[in-house]
Amino acid sequence: MLLQTIAFYLFAAVLVASAVMVIAGRNPVHSVLFLILAFFNAAGLFVLLGAEFLAMILVIVYVGAVAVLFLFVVMMLDVDFAELKRGTLQYIPVSLVVGGVLLAELIFAGAAWRLSPAASHALASANPAHLTNTEALGRILYTDYVYYFQIAGLVLLVAMIGAIVLTLRTRPGVRRQSIRAQVRRYASDTLVVVDVKPGQGA
Amino acid sequence: MFFTSYFQHHGLPYGWAWTLSQGIVIVFFELILALSVALFILADRKIWAAVQLRRGPNVVGAFGLLQTIADALKFFFKEVIVPAGANKVLFLLGPLITATLAFAAWAVVPVSAGWVVANINVGILYIFAISSLGVYGVIVAGWASNSKYAFLSALRAAAQMVSYEVSIGFVLITVLLFAGSLNLSAIVMAQANGWFLFTILFPMAIVFFISTLAETQRPPFDLLEAESELVAGFMVEYSSTPFLLFFLGEYMNVIMLCGLFAVLFLGGWLPLWSIWPLTLIPGVVWFILKLLFVFFCNSMVKAFVPRYRYDQLMRLGWKVFLPLSLLWVVLTAGWVMLFPHGIWTALAQGGG
Repeated sequence: MLLQTIAFYLFAAVLVASAVMVIAGRNPVHSVLFLILAFFNAAGLFVLLGAEFLAMILVIVYVGAVAVLFLFVVMMLDVDFAELKRGTLQYIPVSLVVGGVLLAELIFAGAAWRLSPAASHALASANPAHLTNTEALGRILYTDYVYYFQIAGLVLLVAMIGAIVLTLRTRPGVRRQSIRAQVRRYASDTLVVVDVKPGQGA
Repeated sequence: MFFTSYFQHHGLPYGWAWTLSQGIVIVFFELILALSVALFILADRKIWAAVQLRRGPNVVGAFGLLQTIADALKFFFKEVIVPAGANKVLFLLGPLITATLAFAAWAVVPVSAGWVVANINVGILYIFAISSLGVYGVIVAGWASNSKYAFLSALRAAAQMVSYEVSIGFVLITVLLFAGSLNLSAIVMAQANGWFLFTILFPMAIVFFISTLAETQRPPFDLLEAESELVAGFMVEYSSTPFLLFFLGEYMNVIMLCGLFAVLFLGGWLPLWSIWPLTLIPGVVWFILKLLFVFFCNSMVKAFVPRYRYDQLMRLGWKVFLPLSLLWVVLTAGWVMLFPHGIWTALAQGGG
């Protein structure tokens, strides 16, 4: 148990520290890299909880795909964040008020929260009845709530098609490679070997 | 585990004994791996040379066996040069990320029955996660070098790796549909009655092989170090040990993916046929033989396939492999539903 406690505090400390560094860092690229470190440590915490499937998916989806795009954008845009941050000090009172309201709401909601006995029982054993993580999640997603899952998938599909429609542009006069045309072409179709006699060539 | 009980015998509680013994196993395993990489690099160069009717490295040691070690020593003793405009911390972090991830991915690869450092439930996802992290070593190195060639190459590499990870992911899904498990040892055991290569997964094996070439930036997909355009890719500014780490990481990744191919499609440590003289050979030998075979194919491709153009690479990844592997996921799922006990059982029941 001691080892797990050490691991927990290590992951948690690095997670919190890197989360702070995300907003405190001056260089946006460093911020994104700290964000990745934060994701990674969150995955470590998931493993400690016994939710190894979630941990791996967190790394694959957020670190492997989403954060790569963040990093791309931040590296390519070359935004001068120091310039952007210069005027932020005058907004601090407003942001403090908004943050305070949100914090108060969270505290009220948390104080009034009652866990049902079933929930605390489920917390004690994350995996119901000797199922592996993957099986348990799959059963919930694809068997118990399959319609909701399908609807979510459809919404995402529509969003994807919308993004493609908005950004798709067909420029005239672009030469594209047609592999089919290339493969179907033979030398005999286009090449003629001409035997030019001396003194006759143009 | 032998070490665990040994340490427990000496009065350590189970947790600490397990951690210590696991540490010892990891150090042994990675040491053997790191040493074998030297031989793999030599084999690669020898195969390449043989195709081109050259002799390859043959001066240092018998048959050039010590060539890679000599090269490695040369890199160690050179001065580390950090460019003046580079971001120092990230510049050195890049190669470290690459090498560390390449070592880490091996943790779940089963070398023989029970011979695996971490036999976790989600082994295949772990490998996928680690290989998707590999992008960062490249991007960080390219960006931190503060050179436009390195950065362009890093962008190319990142786009390439992300694109081919998609099709690798779908291939992995078809395999785990067939095996019914995410654990790599269970996937091997599911092939006891026939390798997955000889099922309807055969096209996926080819897709996986080609995708691993693209994922590890081996020729014909080594666009990020297209020397005619980009000098030497994202590692232009690197020298000495950081460069060595990149080199090591790259080869470790290649070997790991060859091993993964052996595990997923060639039945891992299982013998060719489970008949008497073949079952006497230990599983490790079978695994290594299969790994070597895949690695040989890998080197041969490197030797005689010309380099792709970048748009052709993207076309292959997104317009050919992605639809094909998506279709195959659906097909495989249907197949598994139709013949839950395998096609041969179904045919036997239908015929009898």
